[in-house]
Amino acid sequence: MTALLNVNQMTHYFGGLRAVHNYNLSINPKQITGLIGPNGAGKTTIFNLITGVYTPTEGAITLSGENIKGLETNEIASKGLGRTFQNLALWRHMNVLDHIKMAHYSQLSYGLLGAFFNTPACRRQESEVEENAYRLLELFDIKQYAFDIITSLPYGAQRRVEMARAMATNPKILFLDEPTAGMTPDELIQMIKIIRQVHQDFNVAIFLIEHRMKFVMELCEFIQTLVFGEVIAEGEPEEIQNNPEVIEAYLGKEDLT
Amino acid sequence: MESLGELFTYFLQNLINALQRGSFYAVISIGYSMVYGVLMLFNFAHGDIFMVGTYIGFGIATLLLAAFASILPGWTIFIGTVVITMFLASWIGVFVEVAGYRPLRSAPRASAAITGLMIGIIFETGILIMLGAKRLSFPPLMESVTYNIGGVFLTNVKVMIIIISLLLMIALQFFIQKTKWGMAMRAMSYDFLAVPLMGVSINIIAPLTFAIGAGLASVSGILYGQAYPILDPYMGVIIGWKAFVAAILGGRGSIKGAALAGYLLGFIEIFVATIFPSTLRDLIAYSIILLILTYRPRGFFGMEHSTKLRL
Repeated sequence: MTALLNVNQMTHYFGGLRAVHNYNLSINPKQITGLIGPNGAGKTTIFNLITGVYTPTEGAITLSGENIKGLETNEIASKGLGRTFQNLALWRHMNVLDHIKMAHYSQLSYGLLGAFFNTPACRRQESEVEENAYRLLELFDIKQYAFDIITSLPYGAQRRVEMARAMATNPKILFLDEPTAGMTPDELIQMIKIIRQVHQDFNVAIFLIEHRMKFVMELCEFIQTLVFGEVIAEGEPEEIQNNPEVIEAYLGKEDLT
Repeated sequence: MESLGELFTYFLQNLINALQRGSFYAVISIGYSMVYGVLMLFNFAHGDIFMVGTYIGFGIATLLLAAFASILPGWTIFIGTVVITMFLASWIGVFVEVAGYRPLRSAPRASAAITGLMIGIIFETGILIMLGAKRLSFPPLMESVTYNIGGVFLTNVKVMIIIISLLLMIALQFFIQKTKWGMAMRAMSYDFLAVPLMGVSINIIAPLTFAIGAGLASVSGILYGQAYPILDPYMGVIIGWKAFVAAILGGRGSIKGAALAGYLLGFIEIFVATIFPSTLRDLIAYSIILLILTYRPRGFFGMEHSTKLRL
Protein backbone atom coordinates (compact mmCIF):
# COMPACT_ATOMS: atom_id res chain seq x y z
CA MET A 1 0.00 0.00 0.00
CA THR A 2 1.40 3.39 -0.91
CA ALA A 3 1.45 6.05 1.74
CA LEU A 4 -1.02 8.93 1.55
CA LEU A 5 1.34 11.44 3.05
CA ASN A 6 5.06 10.98 2.86
CA VAL A 7 7.70 13.24 4.37
CA ASN A 8 11.30 12.40 3.61
CA GLN A 9 14.36 13.81 5.40
CA MET A 10 12.77 17.16 6.16
CA THR A 11 15.01 19.73 7.83
CA HIS A 12 14.18 23.33 8.58
CA TYR A 13 16.20 26.25 9.85
CA PHE A 14 14.91 29.52 11.29
CA GLY A 15 18.01 31.62 10.63
CA GLY A 16 20.73 29.72 12.46
CA LEU A 17 18.32 27.71 14.58
CA ARG A 18 17.67 24.17 13.44
CA ALA A 19 14.01 23.68 14.33
CA VAL A 20 13.44 20.32 12.66
CA HIS A 21 16.09 17.78 11.73
CA ASN A 22 15.83 14.82 9.32
CA TYR A 23 12.17 14.30 9.96
CA ASN A 24 10.47 11.34 8.28
CA LEU A 25 6.79 10.51 8.27
CA SER A 26 4.59 8.13 6.40
CA ILE A 27 0.84 8.04 6.90
CA ASN A 28 -1.36 5.50 5.15
CA PRO A 29 -4.95 6.21 4.13
CA LYS A 30 -7.27 6.01 7.16
CA GLN A 31 -4.38 5.78 9.62
CA ILE A 32 -4.42 7.83 12.84
CA THR A 33 -0.95 9.00 13.79
CA GLY A 34 0.02 11.02 16.85
CA LEU A 35 2.89 13.43 17.36
CA ILE A 36 3.90 13.98 20.97
CA GLY A 37 6.76 15.78 22.62
CA PRO A 38 7.56 18.45 25.21
CA ASN A 39 6.82 22.13 24.65
CA GLY A 40 9.01 23.76 22.04
CA ALA A 41 9.97 20.43 20.43
CA GLY A 42 8.85 21.69 17.03
CA LYS A 43 5.52 19.89 16.66
CA THR A 44 3.55 22.86 15.39
CA THR A 45 6.51 23.80 13.16
CA ILE A 46 6.20 20.40 11.50
CA PHE A 47 2.50 21.09 10.91
CA ASN A 48 3.34 24.49 9.43
CA LEU A 49 6.02 22.97 7.19
CA ILE A 50 3.74 20.30 5.78
CA THR A 51 0.75 22.63 5.34
CA GLY A 52 2.85 25.19 3.48
CA VAL A 53 2.91 28.02 6.01
CA TYR A 54 6.71 27.67 5.83
CA THR A 55 8.70 25.95 3.11
CA PRO A 56 11.19 23.43 4.51
CA THR A 57 14.89 24.14 3.95
CA GLU A 58 15.52 20.55 2.86
CA GLY A 59 13.54 17.39 2.24
CA ALA A 60 10.61 16.17 0.20
CA ILE A 61 6.89 16.05 0.95
CA THR A 62 4.33 14.20 -1.14
CA LEU A 63 0.58 13.87 -0.77
CA SER A 64 -1.01 11.00 -2.76
CA GLY A 65 2.27 10.72 -4.62
CA GLU A 66 2.31 14.36 -5.73
CA ASN A 67 4.93 16.80 -4.54
CA ILE A 68 3.50 19.49 -2.27
CA LYS A 69 6.72 21.06 -1.02
CA GLY A 70 6.97 24.70 -2.01
CA LEU A 71 3.29 25.02 -2.95
CA GLU A 72 1.07 27.73 -1.47
CA THR A 73 -1.08 26.79 1.52
CA ASN A 74 -4.27 27.08 -0.54
CA GLU A 75 -2.89 24.75 -3.22
CA ILE A 76 -1.90 22.17 -0.62
CA ALA A 77 -5.32 22.51 1.02
CA SER A 78 -7.12 21.87 -2.24
CA LYS A 79 -5.07 18.72 -2.77
CA GLY A 80 -6.80 17.29 0.26
CA LEU A 81 -5.21 18.52 3.47
CA GLY A 82 -7.35 20.00 6.24
CA ARG A 83 -6.12 21.50 9.48
CA THR A 84 -7.15 22.94 12.83
CA PHE A 85 -5.08 25.21 15.04
CA GLN A 86 -3.84 25.04 18.60
CA ASN A 87 -5.27 28.47 19.45
CA LEU A 88 -8.41 28.29 17.32
CA ALA A 89 -8.20 30.27 14.09
CA LEU A 90 -11.87 31.15 13.83
CA TRP A 91 -13.43 34.27 12.35
CA ARG A 92 -14.84 36.52 15.07
CA HIS A 93 -18.16 38.15 14.19
CA MET A 94 -18.98 35.51 11.60
CA ASN A 95 -21.70 33.05 12.46
CA VAL A 96 -21.20 29.31 12.60
CA LEU A 97 -23.04 28.57 9.37
CA ASP A 98 -20.92 31.12 7.48
CA HIS A 99 -17.78 29.41 8.76
CA ILE A 100 -18.85 26.13 7.25
CA LYS A 101 -20.10 27.74 4.03
CA MET A 102 -16.80 29.57 3.62
CA ALA A 103 -14.99 26.26 3.81
CA HIS A 104 -16.84 25.16 0.68
CA TYR A 105 -15.12 27.94 -1.28
CA SER A 106 -13.37 25.58 -3.71
CA GLN A 107 -16.61 23.71 -4.37
CA LEU A 108 -18.33 26.91 -5.52
CA SER A 109 -17.25 27.32 -9.11
CA TYR A 110 -19.48 30.20 -10.17
CA GLY A 111 -17.81 33.28 -11.66
CA LEU A 112 -18.29 37.00 -11.07
CA LEU A 113 -20.91 37.30 -13.78
CA GLY A 114 -22.79 34.30 -12.45
CA ALA A 115 -22.91 35.90 -9.03
CA PHE A 116 -23.92 39.27 -10.48
CA PHE A 117 -26.89 37.86 -12.38
CA ASN A 118 -27.61 35.25 -9.70
CA THR A 119 -27.94 32.53 -12.33
CA PRO A 120 -29.76 29.25 -11.60
CA ALA A 121 -26.42 27.39 -11.63
CA CYS A 122 -25.08 29.77 -9.01
CA ARG A 123 -28.18 29.39 -6.84
CA ARG A 124 -28.08 25.61 -7.14
CA GLN A 125 -24.46 25.50 -6.00
CA GLU A 126 -25.24 27.75 -3.06
CA SER A 127 -28.14 25.58 -1.94
CA GLU A 128 -26.08 22.41 -2.26
CA VAL A 129 -23.41 23.95 -0.10
CA GLU A 130 -25.96 25.02 2.46
CA GLU A 131 -27.38 21.51 2.61
CA ASN A 132 -23.95 20.01 3.09
CA ALA A 133 -23.13 22.63 5.73
CA TYR A 134 -26.20 21.67 7.76
CA ARG A 135 -25.24 18.02 7.53
CA LEU A 136 -21.84 18.83 9.00
CA LEU A 137 -23.36 21.01 11.71
CA GLU A 138 -25.51 18.11 12.75
CA LEU A 139 -22.65 15.64 12.73
CA PHE A 140 -20.54 17.86 14.97
CA ASP A 141 -23.45 18.65 17.26
CA ILE A 142 -23.35 22.40 16.62
CA LYS A 143 -26.55 22.80 14.63
CA GLN A 144 -28.24 24.66 17.47
CA TYR A 145 -25.57 27.39 17.13
CA ALA A 146 -25.89 27.81 13.32
CA PHE A 147 -26.74 31.51 13.46
CA ASP A 148 -24.75 32.41 16.55
CA ILE A 149 -21.62 34.50 16.36
CA ILE A 150 -18.63 32.27 16.93
CA THR A 151 -17.33 34.07 20.04
CA SER A 152 -20.58 33.45 21.90
CA LEU A 153 -20.12 29.66 21.77
CA PRO A 154 -18.70 27.54 24.59
CA TYR A 155 -15.07 26.65 24.08
CA GLY A 156 -15.64 23.00 23.28
CA ALA A 157 -18.21 23.92 20.65
CA GLN A 158 -15.76 26.37 19.05
CA ARG A 159 -13.28 23.53 18.70
CA ARG A 160 -15.94 21.42 17.02
CA VAL A 161 -16.76 24.28 14.62
CA GLU A 162 -13.10 24.46 13.65
CA MET A 163 -13.07 20.74 12.98
CA ALA A 164 -16.31 20.86 11.02
CA ARG A 165 -14.83 23.68 8.97
CA ALA A 166 -11.75 21.60 8.21
CA MET A 167 -13.91 18.63 7.19
CA ALA A 168 -16.01 20.79 4.87
CA THR A 169 -13.03 21.10 2.54
CA ASN A 170 -13.25 17.32 1.96
CA PRO A 171 -9.72 16.47 3.08
CA LYS A 172 -8.03 13.12 2.64
CA ILE A 173 -5.95 13.83 5.69
CA LEU A 174 -6.82 15.96 8.68
CA PHE A 175 -4.21 17.69 10.85
CA LEU A 176 -5.35 18.41 14.40
CA ASP A 177 -3.16 20.67 16.52
CA GLU A 178 -3.94 19.87 20.16
CA PRO A 179 -7.65 19.25 19.62
CA THR A 180 -8.32 18.94 23.35
CA ALA A 181 -6.28 21.89 24.62
CA GLY A 182 -8.19 23.63 27.39
CA MET A 183 -11.05 21.13 27.40
CA THR A 184 -12.86 19.77 30.41
CA PRO A 185 -12.78 15.98 30.93
CA ASP A 186 -16.36 15.73 29.63
CA GLU A 187 -15.52 17.67 26.50
CA LEU A 188 -12.45 15.48 26.05
CA ILE A 189 -14.53 12.32 26.01
CA GLN A 190 -16.92 13.92 23.52
CA MET A 191 -13.94 14.90 21.35
CA ILE A 192 -12.63 11.33 21.27
CA LYS A 193 -16.06 10.20 20.15
CA ILE A 194 -16.26 12.86 17.45
CA ILE A 195 -12.80 12.10 16.08
CA ARG A 196 -13.66 8.39 15.92
CA GLN A 197 -16.85 9.18 14.08
CA VAL A 198 -15.17 11.54 11.64
CA HIS A 199 -12.53 8.93 11.00
CA GLN A 200 -15.18 6.35 10.14
CA ASP A 201 -17.66 8.49 8.24
CA PHE A 202 -15.20 10.35 6.06
CA ASN A 203 -12.54 7.68 5.56
CA VAL A 204 -9.97 10.28 6.47
CA ALA A 205 -6.43 9.84 7.76
CA ILE A 206 -5.61 11.88 10.86
CA PHE A 207 -2.35 13.35 12.10
CA LEU A 208 -2.62 14.91 15.53
CA ILE A 209 -0.52 16.73 18.08
CA GLU A 210 -1.53 16.09 21.65
CA HIS A 211 -0.27 16.39 25.19
CA ARG A 212 -2.82 14.25 26.95
CA MET A 213 -1.51 10.70 26.94
CA LYS A 214 -4.88 9.15 27.57
CA PHE A 215 -6.20 10.73 24.41
CA VAL A 216 -3.22 9.74 22.27
CA MET A 217 -3.12 6.16 23.55
CA GLU A 218 -6.81 5.77 23.01
CA LEU A 219 -6.91 7.02 19.42
CA CYS A 220 -3.58 6.57 17.68
CA GLU A 221 -2.31 3.53 15.85
CA PHE A 222 1.17 4.96 15.50
CA ILE A 223 3.00 7.54 17.60
CA GLN A 224 6.10 9.66 17.07
CA THR A 225 7.94 11.41 19.89
CA LEU A 226 9.68 14.62 18.99
CA VAL A 227 12.37 16.26 21.15
CA PHE A 228 14.32 19.32 20.00
CA GLY A 229 13.18 18.82 16.40
CA GLU A 230 14.23 15.18 16.17
CA VAL A 231 12.18 12.03 16.45
CA ILE A 232 13.60 10.04 19.36
CA ALA A 233 11.12 7.21 19.30
CA GLU A 234 8.27 5.98 17.14
CA GLY A 235 6.01 2.98 17.17
CA GLU A 236 2.73 1.63 18.47
CA PRO A 237 1.21 3.17 21.60
CA GLU A 238 2.39 0.40 23.96
CA GLU A 239 5.97 0.62 22.76
CA ILE A 240 6.04 4.39 23.19
CA GLN A 241 4.43 4.29 26.60
CA ASN A 242 7.18 2.09 27.96
CA ASN A 243 10.09 3.59 26.04
CA PRO A 244 12.65 4.89 28.57
CA GLU A 245 13.73 7.76 26.30
CA VAL A 246 10.18 9.02 26.00
CA ILE A 247 9.66 8.80 29.73
CA GLU A 248 12.89 10.69 30.21
CA ALA A 249 11.89 13.42 27.78
CA TYR A 250 8.64 13.97 29.61
CA LEU A 251 9.59 13.30 33.21
CA GLY A 252 13.36 13.73 33.37
CA LYS A 253 16.06 11.19 34.25
CA GLU A 254 15.52 8.92 37.22
CA ASP A 255 18.80 9.63 38.96
CA LEU A 256 18.19 13.36 38.90
CA THR A 257 15.01 13.16 40.93
CA MET B 1 -34.18 86.72 14.23
CA GLU B 2 -35.09 84.19 11.64
CA SER B 3 -38.30 82.28 12.02
CA LEU B 4 -38.18 78.62 12.99
CA GLY B 5 -39.43 77.60 9.56
CA GLU B 6 -36.63 79.42 7.82
CA LEU B 7 -34.08 77.86 10.13
CA PHE B 8 -35.45 74.44 9.31
CA THR B 9 -35.25 75.07 5.56
CA TYR B 10 -31.69 76.27 6.05
CA PHE B 11 -30.93 73.06 7.95
CA LEU B 12 -32.46 70.88 5.24
CA GLN B 13 -30.50 72.69 2.55
CA ASN B 14 -27.26 71.99 4.39
CA LEU B 15 -28.30 68.43 5.07
CA ILE B 16 -28.57 67.80 1.31
CA ASN B 17 -25.16 69.35 0.75
CA ALA B 18 -23.70 67.30 3.58
CA LEU B 19 -25.17 64.12 2.12
CA GLN B 20 -23.59 64.87 -1.23
CA ARG B 21 -20.17 65.57 0.24
CA GLY B 22 -20.44 62.60 2.60
CA SER B 23 -21.26 60.32 -0.35
CA PHE B 24 -17.84 61.00 -1.89
CA TYR B 25 -15.99 60.42 1.36
CA ALA B 26 -17.99 57.29 2.15
CA VAL B 27 -17.50 55.56 -1.19
CA ILE B 28 -13.79 56.39 -1.35
CA SER B 29 -13.03 55.48 2.25
CA ILE B 30 -14.58 52.04 1.73
CA GLY B 31 -11.66 51.33 -0.60
CA TYR B 32 -9.20 52.03 2.20
CA SER B 33 -11.08 49.89 4.67
CA MET B 34 -11.53 46.88 2.41
CA VAL B 35 -7.85 46.72 1.58
CA TYR B 36 -6.93 47.13 5.23
CA GLY B 37 -9.30 44.34 6.18
CA VAL B 38 -7.76 41.90 3.76
CA LEU B 39 -4.06 42.79 3.75
CA MET B 40 -3.69 44.87 6.92
CA LEU B 41 -2.17 47.77 5.05
CA PHE B 42 -3.46 51.18 4.08
CA ASN B 43 -3.23 51.71 0.36
CA PHE B 44 -2.00 55.30 0.36
CA ALA B 45 -2.25 55.38 -3.42
CA HIS B 46 -6.04 55.18 -3.13
CA GLY B 47 -6.61 58.94 -3.43
CA ASP B 48 -4.61 58.93 -6.64
CA ILE B 49 -6.43 55.86 -7.89
CA PHE B 50 -9.56 57.98 -7.44
CA MET B 51 -7.85 60.70 -9.49
CA VAL B 52 -6.85 58.30 -12.28
CA GLY B 53 -10.38 56.86 -12.23
CA THR B 54 -11.81 60.35 -12.68
CA TYR B 55 -9.51 60.93 -15.66
CA ILE B 56 -10.55 57.61 -17.17
CA GLY B 57 -14.17 58.63 -16.63
CA PHE B 58 -13.41 61.95 -18.29
CA GLY B 59 -11.87 60.19 -21.30
CA ILE B 60 -14.73 57.72 -21.69
CA ALA B 61 -17.38 60.40 -21.22
CA THR B 62 -15.73 62.63 -23.83
CA LEU B 63 -15.44 59.75 -26.28
CA LEU B 64 -19.00 58.54 -25.80
CA LEU B 65 -20.40 62.05 -26.03
CA ALA B 66 -18.50 62.70 -29.25
CA ALA B 67 -19.64 59.44 -30.79
CA PHE B 68 -23.19 58.97 -29.57
CA ALA B 69 -24.54 62.27 -28.21
CA SER B 70 -26.66 62.82 -31.29
CA ILE B 71 -28.00 59.26 -31.46
CA LEU B 72 -28.51 58.02 -27.91
CA PRO B 73 -30.36 59.57 -24.97
CA GLY B 74 -28.21 61.12 -22.24
CA TRP B 75 -28.84 58.53 -19.57
CA THR B 76 -27.47 55.68 -21.70
CA ILE B 77 -24.25 57.64 -22.16
CA PHE B 78 -24.09 58.18 -18.43
CA ILE B 79 -24.57 54.48 -17.66
CA GLY B 80 -22.10 53.55 -20.40
CA THR B 81 -19.51 55.88 -18.91
CA VAL B 82 -20.00 54.45 -15.43
CA VAL B 83 -19.79 50.82 -16.50
CA ILE B 84 -16.79 51.17 -18.82
CA THR B 85 -14.91 53.41 -16.37
CA MET B 86 -15.55 51.04 -13.50
CA PHE B 87 -14.23 48.14 -15.54
CA LEU B 88 -11.08 49.95 -16.68
CA ALA B 89 -10.35 51.53 -13.30
CA SER B 90 -10.61 48.20 -11.52
CA TRP B 91 -7.64 47.06 -13.59
CA ILE B 92 -5.69 50.00 -12.21
CA GLY B 93 -6.45 48.57 -8.79
CA VAL B 94 -5.29 45.12 -9.86
CA PHE B 95 -2.12 46.63 -11.30
CA VAL B 96 -1.34 48.48 -8.06
CA GLU B 97 -1.74 45.28 -6.07
CA VAL B 98 0.25 43.03 -8.36
CA ALA B 99 3.08 45.42 -9.20
CA GLY B 100 3.24 47.48 -6.02
CA TYR B 101 2.16 45.47 -3.03
CA ARG B 102 2.47 41.79 -3.89
CA PRO B 103 6.30 41.75 -3.84
CA LEU B 104 6.12 43.36 -0.39
CA ARG B 105 3.59 41.04 1.16
CA SER B 106 5.93 39.77 3.84
CA ALA B 107 7.87 43.04 4.17
CA PRO B 108 7.26 45.36 7.13
CA ARG B 109 4.04 47.33 6.79
CA ALA B 110 5.99 50.61 6.71
CA SER B 111 7.62 49.59 3.41
CA ALA B 112 4.19 48.99 1.92
CA ALA B 113 2.97 52.38 3.13
CA ILE B 114 5.94 54.11 1.47
CA THR B 115 5.28 52.17 -1.73
CA GLY B 116 1.70 53.43 -1.66
CA LEU B 117 2.79 57.04 -1.40
CA MET B 118 5.26 56.47 -4.21
CA ILE B 119 2.68 54.90 -6.53
CA GLY B 120 0.53 57.95 -5.85
CA ILE B 121 3.33 60.29 -6.94
CA ILE B 122 3.93 58.18 -10.05
CA PHE B 123 0.25 58.48 -10.99
CA GLU B 124 0.24 62.24 -10.40
CA THR B 125 3.34 62.92 -12.47
CA GLY B 126 2.28 60.39 -15.08
CA ILE B 127 -0.96 62.26 -15.69
CA LEU B 128 0.94 65.53 -15.60
CA ILE B 129 3.34 64.34 -18.31
CA MET B 130 0.65 62.82 -20.49
CA LEU B 131 -1.99 65.55 -20.29
CA GLY B 132 -0.06 68.58 -19.15
CA ALA B 133 -0.74 70.86 -16.20
CA LYS B 134 -3.79 72.40 -17.80
CA ARG B 135 -6.96 71.88 -15.83
CA LEU B 136 -9.58 69.95 -17.75
CA SER B 137 -13.27 70.27 -17.24
CA PHE B 138 -15.50 67.24 -16.93
CA PRO B 139 -18.29 67.29 -19.51
CA PRO B 140 -21.75 67.36 -17.93
CA LEU B 141 -23.47 64.02 -18.52
CA MET B 142 -26.93 65.34 -17.78
CA GLU B 143 -28.69 68.63 -18.00
CA SER B 144 -28.84 70.19 -14.59
CA VAL B 145 -32.36 70.82 -13.35
CA THR B 146 -33.05 72.65 -10.11
CA TYR B 147 -36.13 71.86 -8.05
CA ASN B 148 -37.42 74.14 -5.34
CA ILE B 149 -39.17 72.10 -2.67
CA GLY B 150 -40.50 74.46 -0.01
CA GLY B 151 -37.46 76.70 -0.18
CA VAL B 152 -34.93 73.83 -0.30
CA PHE B 153 -33.04 73.82 -3.57
CA LEU B 154 -32.28 70.43 -5.04
CA THR B 155 -30.51 69.72 -8.29
CA ASN B 156 -31.01 66.44 -10.09
CA VAL B 157 -27.21 66.01 -10.04
CA LYS B 158 -27.15 66.10 -6.24
CA VAL B 159 -29.98 63.62 -5.97
CA MET B 160 -28.26 61.34 -8.45
CA ILE B 161 -24.95 61.51 -6.59
CA ILE B 162 -26.59 60.57 -3.31
CA ILE B 163 -28.68 57.76 -4.80
CA ILE B 164 -25.92 56.18 -6.90
CA SER B 165 -23.53 56.24 -3.95
CA LEU B 166 -26.11 54.50 -1.79
CA LEU B 167 -26.80 51.93 -4.51
CA LEU B 168 -23.07 51.19 -4.81
CA MET B 169 -22.82 50.61 -1.09
CA ILE B 170 -25.85 48.34 -1.06
CA ALA B 171 -24.42 46.32 -3.96
CA LEU B 172 -21.12 46.04 -2.12
CA GLN B 173 -22.90 44.90 1.02
CA PHE B 174 -24.59 42.18 -0.99
CA PHE B 175 -21.26 41.13 -2.50
CA ILE B 176 -19.56 41.00 0.91
CA GLN B 177 -22.37 39.09 2.62
CA LYS B 178 -23.50 36.68 -0.06
CA THR B 179 -20.75 35.72 -2.47
CA LYS B 180 -17.85 33.38 -1.80
CA TRP B 181 -15.27 36.13 -2.44
CA GLY B 182 -17.04 38.46 -0.07
CA MET B 183 -17.06 35.80 2.60
CA ALA B 184 -13.36 35.21 2.04
CA MET B 185 -12.72 38.94 2.44
CA ARG B 186 -14.65 39.03 5.69
CA ALA B 187 -12.84 35.95 6.93
CA MET B 188 -9.47 37.46 6.03
CA SER B 189 -10.16 40.45 8.22
CA TYR B 190 -10.68 38.22 11.25
CA ASP B 191 -8.03 35.61 10.77
CA PHE B 192 -5.45 35.42 8.10
CA LEU B 193 -4.05 31.93 8.66
CA ALA B 194 -7.10 29.81 8.23
CA VAL B 195 -8.37 31.33 4.98
CA PRO B 196 -5.80 29.74 2.60
CA LEU B 197 -6.58 26.41 4.25
CA MET B 198 -10.06 26.65 2.79
CA GLY B 199 -8.46 26.60 -0.66
CA VAL B 200 -8.71 30.37 -1.00
CA SER B 201 -5.83 32.00 -2.85
CA ILE B 202 -4.74 35.37 -1.49
CA ASN B 203 -3.53 36.13 -4.99
CA ILE B 204 -7.16 36.16 -6.11
CA ILE B 205 -8.75 37.87 -3.13
CA ALA B 206 -6.19 40.68 -2.77
CA PRO B 207 -6.35 41.98 -6.37
CA LEU B 208 -10.14 41.59 -6.32
CA THR B 209 -10.28 43.77 -3.22
CA PHE B 210 -8.14 46.43 -4.89
CA ALA B 211 -10.26 46.20 -8.03
CA ILE B 212 -13.48 46.81 -6.12
CA GLY B 213 -11.95 49.73 -4.22
CA ALA B 214 -10.69 51.29 -7.45
CA GLY B 215 -13.97 50.66 -9.28
CA LEU B 216 -15.95 52.35 -6.51
CA ALA B 217 -13.51 55.27 -6.40
CA SER B 218 -13.78 55.77 -10.16
CA VAL B 219 -17.58 56.00 -10.07
CA SER B 220 -17.21 58.42 -7.21
CA GLY B 221 -14.83 60.32 -9.48
CA ILE B 222 -17.39 60.57 -12.28
CA LEU B 223 -19.98 61.82 -9.79
CA TYR B 224 -17.42 64.24 -8.37
CA GLY B 225 -16.81 65.47 -11.92
CA GLN B 226 -20.53 66.23 -12.23
CA ALA B 227 -20.57 68.23 -9.01
CA TYR B 228 -17.16 69.95 -9.33
CA PRO B 229 -16.25 69.68 -13.01
CA ILE B 230 -12.55 70.56 -12.74
CA LEU B 231 -9.87 67.90 -13.08
CA ASP B 232 -6.28 68.32 -12.09
CA PRO B 233 -3.61 65.72 -11.31
CA TYR B 234 -3.56 66.57 -7.60
CA MET B 235 -7.31 66.41 -7.07
CA GLY B 236 -6.99 63.01 -5.37
CA VAL B 237 -4.62 64.13 -2.65
CA ILE B 238 -6.86 66.09 -0.31
CA ILE B 239 -9.98 63.99 -0.87
CA GLY B 240 -7.86 60.83 -0.48
CA TRP B 241 -6.51 61.95 2.88
CA LYS B 242 -9.96 62.95 4.05
CA ALA B 243 -11.36 59.57 3.04
CA PHE B 244 -8.44 57.96 4.88
CA VAL B 245 -9.44 59.92 7.99
CA ALA B 246 -12.96 58.55 7.53
CA ALA B 247 -11.61 55.00 7.29
CA ILE B 248 -9.72 55.46 10.57
CA LEU B 249 -12.70 57.10 12.25
CA GLY B 250 -14.97 54.26 11.14
CA GLY B 251 -12.58 51.68 12.53
CA ARG B 252 -9.78 50.04 10.61
CA GLY B 253 -11.10 47.35 8.31
CA SER B 254 -14.78 48.07 8.91
CA ILE B 255 -16.70 48.82 5.71
CA LYS B 256 -19.83 49.82 7.59
CA GLY B 257 -17.72 52.12 9.75
CA ALA B 258 -15.99 53.72 6.79
CA ALA B 259 -19.31 54.51 5.10
CA LEU B 260 -20.78 55.95 8.28
CA ALA B 261 -17.71 57.99 9.10
CA GLY B 262 -17.61 59.27 5.50
CA TYR B 263 -21.08 60.72 5.91
CA LEU B 264 -20.26 62.05 9.37
CA LEU B 265 -17.23 63.81 7.92
CA GLY B 266 -19.45 65.39 5.27
CA PHE B 267 -21.88 66.57 7.93
CA ILE B 268 -19.21 67.99 10.19
CA GLU B 269 -17.53 69.87 7.35
CA ILE B 270 -20.74 71.38 6.02
CA PHE B 271 -22.22 72.33 9.36
CA VAL B 272 -18.96 73.75 10.69
CA ALA B 273 -18.90 75.97 7.61
CA THR B 274 -22.39 77.24 8.34
CA ILE B 275 -21.38 78.44 11.80
CA PHE B 276 -17.74 79.46 11.42
CA PRO B 277 -15.93 81.27 8.60
CA SER B 278 -15.28 78.79 5.81
CA THR B 279 -11.51 79.36 5.95
CA LEU B 280 -11.55 77.70 9.37
CA ARG B 281 -13.67 74.81 8.17
CA ASP B 282 -11.06 72.06 7.96
CA LEU B 283 -9.25 73.22 11.09
CA ILE B 284 -12.37 72.96 13.21
CA ALA B 285 -13.82 69.90 11.47
CA TYR B 286 -10.67 67.86 11.91
CA SER B 287 -10.14 69.04 15.46
CA ILE B 288 -13.51 67.51 16.22
CA ILE B 289 -12.41 64.23 14.59
CA LEU B 290 -9.16 64.33 16.57
CA LEU B 291 -11.18 64.73 19.74
CA ILE B 292 -13.38 61.75 18.87
CA LEU B 293 -10.35 59.59 18.13
CA THR B 294 -8.68 60.63 21.37
CA TYR B 295 -11.53 59.06 23.29
CA ARG B 296 -12.11 56.18 20.90
CA PRO B 297 -8.83 55.37 19.17
CA ARG B 298 -10.14 52.27 17.45
CA GLY B 299 -12.93 54.21 15.74
CA PHE B 300 -16.60 53.28 15.57
CA PHE B 301 -16.42 49.61 14.61
CA GLY B 302 -12.72 48.81 14.78
CA MET B 303 -11.47 45.65 16.40
CA GLU B 304 -8.92 45.69 19.14
CA HIS B 305 -5.66 45.10 17.44
CA SER B 306 -4.63 42.06 19.41
CA THR B 307 -7.48 39.98 18.05
CA LYS B 308 -6.02 39.93 14.60
CA LEU B 309 -3.60 37.18 13.85
CA ARG B 310 -0.90 37.67 11.31
CA LEU B 311 2.34 35.90 10.51
